[in-house]
Amino acid sequence: MIRDVAFGQFFPGKSIIHRVDPRAKIIMLTAFLIIIFCTFNYLSLLLVTLFTATFIALSGVPVKFYFKSLKVIVFIVLITSVLNMFYGTGDPIWEWGILKITLNGINRAIFITVRIICLILASSCLTFTTSPTDLTDALERLMKPLNKIHFPVHEIAMMMSLALRFVPTLLEETDKITQAQKARGADMESGNIFQRIKSFIPILIPLFVSAFRRAYDLATAMECRCYRGGNGRTRMKIIHMTKTDVISFCILGFIICGVVLCNIFVTAAI
Amino acid sequence: MEFISIDNISFSYSDSENSNLVKNAVDNFSLKIKKGEFIALLGHNGCGKSTVAKHLNAMLLPDSGKVYVDGDDTSDEDKTYDIRKKVGLVLQNPDNQLVASIVEEDVAFGPENLGVAPDVIRQRVDEALKTVDMYEYRTHAPYKLSGGQKQRVAIAGILAMQPQCIVLDEPTAMLDPNGRSEVMSTLLKLNKDKNMTVILITHYMEEAVLADRVIVMDEGRILIQGTPEEVFSQVELLKKHRLDVPQATELAYKLRGCGIKTGKIPLNDEDCVKMLEEVLK
Repeated sequence: MIRDVAFGQFFPGKSIIHRVDPRAKIIMLTAFLIIIFCTFNYLSLLLVTLFTATFIALSGVPVKFYFKSLKVIVFIVLITSVLNMFYGTGDPIWEWGILKITLNGINRAIFITVRIICLILASSCLTFTTSPTDLTDALERLMKPLNKIHFPVHEIAMMMSLALRFVPTLLEETDKITQAQKARGADMESGNIFQRIKSFIPILIPLFVSAFRRAYDLATAMECRCYRGGNGRTRMKIIHMTKTDVISFCILGFIICGVVLCNIFVTAAI
Repeated sequence: MEFISIDNISFSYSDSENSNLVKNAVDNFSLKIKKGEFIALLGHNGCGKSTVAKHLNAMLLPDSGKVYVDGDDTSDEDKTYDIRKKVGLVLQNPDNQLVASIVEEDVAFGPENLGVAPDVIRQRVDEALKTVDMYEYRTHAPYKLSGGQKQRVAIAGILAMQPQCIVLDEPTAMLDPNGRSEVMSTLLKLNKDKNMTVILITHYMEEAVLADRVIVMDEGRILIQGTPEEVFSQVELLKKHRLDVPQATELAYKLRGCGIKTGKIPLNDEDCVKMLEEVLK
């Protein structure tokens, strides 16, 4: 049941996007997400959409997984776009009481929908093509300057990678506990939403207890392996910037220029 | 000189308020372990085996008495990391001791903590994975492996730190028979080929029989120790302390009880077959 969520999964592969330095990928995703929200006319929106589609095609991950990741947010997209539709300015096309739809409102709704979809797809592209370890590793390296202001970069990166490592273990455990409770006659499928939420308590409590026990064991095991924080620690894998990274930064620059030019020369739709 | 020397240690898990009510988990326990020895530590639950294991690499410090590892006192905080580098501890549940989502990165965790250079880590990781026969699985995710494979990865994680001694706290308790024999053959290989000191805590008598020396604990003290033959010939004493003996030994013991002369007490299946041949002649 929980396994169906595609968002945040990793698909091993050898595509060009897989090969880009994870640090470069994170920087580029951040920049791209900002650009997505700097599109103010249809030309730049089209440009951004086209690039998102290109990334998806290049990643080599089956498109159906991207759709799966969108499934989770359908509801949010619907609500925000409908709300935006009624918040437009200008002459109303359709009016009913205090509710009115304007051309500007419809434009806004389209923009917000496309933006959110691009946002999710681009982020999925990152998580689909980067292993969780690479991702946390890259984050740790990128955030290293924050160490100067005593921000616990290494600790946070370590917590993230441990959390990711235990996701499958705890999912398996949840399944086991669910089955055990069902075998004892627990009913999880019937009743209204509140009863169903309540029926999850007998699953959550044993899960938490076992998670704490695991955490204790893990801490012991880490100490046994001489873990003493980030100081003096080396890494087996060293990541270098390569030609692919330079090229991908150039492409990003091209996208930024494109969107900026569009915003200057084409009149804004919203 | 002994590699590890435990001198008269006592330890209790008490909190300070009612310390006089709590029994010592380990009580005046002494033990000397030589380099290259294979020791099996037996005893029923709560007899203090795990507590002893945790004293060997300074995870726990004795309330009284001293533990010396290669001449270093475990209560000396400056030596803690040196000691943990020399004595690796493998725990019971393989799931809870793997830290990374990829096998080779998990094995690299120990040497990374020690500050070893990246290319040397690579070399050590490959070597450790080859020793436990898990090299082909180096890029797999640990949760997709079987219990025995996971436990071997955990052992590789310790080996990559290049310890001189490996302590295993019931490493086979959560494994199926296949996983158990995988782990046991790995340990025997380490002990025989690399002259690694192995201290194995176990519930399985069949595993204890393979050790050089068997130590049986009860109530935080040593009940009996000696070669497997010496220890398992004392069937009655072991039974009295709710401990099993290997099946072959048990059979011989029962035959003796029926007045049949069995000669030497067998410890494994082969010896048992020989014994039965003699008896049936």
